[in-house]
Amino acid sequence: MRNLTLTTALAALAVALPGLATAQDEAVVIDGSSTVFPVSEAFAEEYQIATGNRVTVGLSGTGGGFQKFCRGETSFSGASRPIKTSEAEECAANDIEFLELPIAMDALAVIVHPDNPIDCMTVEEIASIYETEAQGVITNWNQVNPEYPDAEMGLFGAGTDSGTYDYFTFAMIGEEGASRGDFTATEDDNITIQGVSGDTYGIGFLGLAYVEENRDRVKPLEISFNGGECVAPTTETAASGEYQPLTRPLFMYANADHLDNVANVEDLAMFMFNEDLAPDLVSSTGYLALPDEAFTLGQAKIEARKTGSFFDGGSEVGVTPADLLAAN
Amino acid sequence: MAVTTDGPMGAASKTNQEAFDAVSRAQKKDILFATGGLIVMAIAMTLLLTLIGDLVIRGAGRISADFMTSYPSRLPQRAGILSAWVGTLYVMVVTAFLAIPIGVAAGLYLEEYAKKGWLSNFIEINVSNLAGVPSIVYGLLALGLFVYGFNLGKTILVAGMTLALLILPIVIVSTREAVRSIPKIIKEGAYGLGADQWQVMWNYVIPAARPGILTGAIVGLSRAIGETAPIITIGALTFIAFLPPPPVTGDFPFLSFAWLNEGFTVLPIQMFNWTSRPQADFHTIAATTGVVLIALTFSLNGIAIWIRYRLRKGYRN
Repeated sequence: MRNLTLTTALAALAVALPGLATAQDEAVVIDGSSTVFPVSEAFAEEYQIATGNRVTVGLSGTGGGFQKFCRGETSFSGASRPIKTSEAEECAANDIEFLELPIAMDALAVIVHPDNPIDCMTVEEIASIYETEAQGVITNWNQVNPEYPDAEMGLFGAGTDSGTYDYFTFAMIGEEGASRGDFTATEDDNITIQGVSGDTYGIGFLGLAYVEENRDRVKPLEISFNGGECVAPTTETAASGEYQPLTRPLFMYANADHLDNVANVEDLAMFMFNEDLAPDLVSSTGYLALPDEAFTLGQAKIEARKTGSFFDGGSEVGVTPADLLAAN
Repeated sequence: MAVTTDGPMGAASKTNQEAFDAVSRAQKKDILFATGGLIVMAIAMTLLLTLIGDLVIRGAGRISADFMTSYPSRLPQRAGILSAWVGTLYVMVVTAFLAIPIGVAAGLYLEEYAKKGWLSNFIEINVSNLAGVPSIVYGLLALGLFVYGFNLGKTILVAGMTLALLILPIVIVSTREAVRSIPKIIKEGAYGLGADQWQVMWNYVIPAARPGILTGAIVGLSRAIGETAPIITIGALTFIAFLPPPPVTGDFPFLSFAWLNEGFTVLPIQMFNWTSRPQADFHTIAATTGVVLIALTFSLNGIAIWIRYRLRKGYRN
């Protein structure tokens, strides 16, 4: 009798679960970078609404995404940096050929508190704050530049597992991962916003989209690169390539074999590079859409099945949208 | 503490005085301890209520039928948690069906059947240690063993198996505690009437231990429902805009297990994803998801407590 009650309760629960599924093609699988996730999600959602075909998106990170991609488990892999040589070799070992498709630009910003008098810093100054040698040594703003305030610095930034950290250290310091360890590191850029907005002499680095949403709480620094003029990080300066070196391309990698042999993969790839839809979808996620031309070139690349990576096994500083067009 | 009643009046009153002092000292300690306990509890409850209150204030505004029946979206005002809460329910069903029977059987075996020796000691120590292993380790184990070793894929079944492993130590330990707390007299009475060991187990020990076992199961499932790390590790999806096939079908035999082999997402993952987005609107719906998750946990607990209450009543009759 008691068991009957339990069984009835569970059966009622089971019946209550809504079930709308009908037999159709296997879902197309996208995985990869958490930075690219909003873009992938936007495409997955709109494609499914437009065609009824199913798409799923995972969140394994750029590296984790490539691991699955190179085992042939996923059809698309989002990446916030070009594929590394070791990853490309892994793919080759499994006979997986890929197409490298630049899909958007992302910019990183260095932020300070709105009350901080500093508006512009050089790449060298910022590097001197975050480099390995600065650990425990650079603690006051006036150590960076005698003109800066005599105040203790509060250090924030992206966590070491993030592509944001990888690219920031690579572009600013010159070597991926070569940073001091004694800053408040977080995988969630919202925490960096909170930290800097609560510390008058705080400094941090994060994705530009987070700055756009918090303009009243933090101030993005203008950056002078190679002794050039101070350039403020905005969508315009990032899109034009003026804001350097913290502008980076985002990629979608596609499995060449899946384009031919897995249902809806080619269709979805063409959808991602449809120049009437894609630029708006990318912009709506807070990233910078590439010029329309990049999308037609992307479609041409998919049709031609042009495989391989344009980049030599890693990030490059100073990549502009124009370079990405050439990459197609 | 014996109070003497015979002897001269003076001696008696002196002893009485000592006794009163001793009692009032003990009472003072009692009051001190009770106050201390109350303060600690008040702090803990205030913290908990503040957290839940904060979540509700930020998120409750977005709770609506639409939110519960929509799929995730790139637009926060269009986004919902249908695939997430359905995924959570499916995963919890698998977890409960695996962890409870296996955990109870293991607990009974260790407590009643196993010979006390180095082997059972070894197992006992390991079970207790397993309860303290970080959940991500279970995720890595499941990724290597279930997903790639057994080639089961990143499915609801694997997620259920992983979480079942995670809460197994909790179920085992609480089963043993429950069995241990049964008065010996019940078992010995049954043996005295000629029942064999299995009959004693099935008819006396398990029914008497059931409320305690169920409490362990509640604690375990409440932990499992909020786990994110092991589920992400085994490769749960983050965006999924369709549901697994329903477990009940219109055709004979009316039950379908196809849902076990489907990809899925769960509420904590959906929440995690939304909290890390830049737009404040996503943070709001993350809080809403938190409210739903807490409500779901409370109602699962509610169901279990109701079942336990029914069982207790049945047992006493």
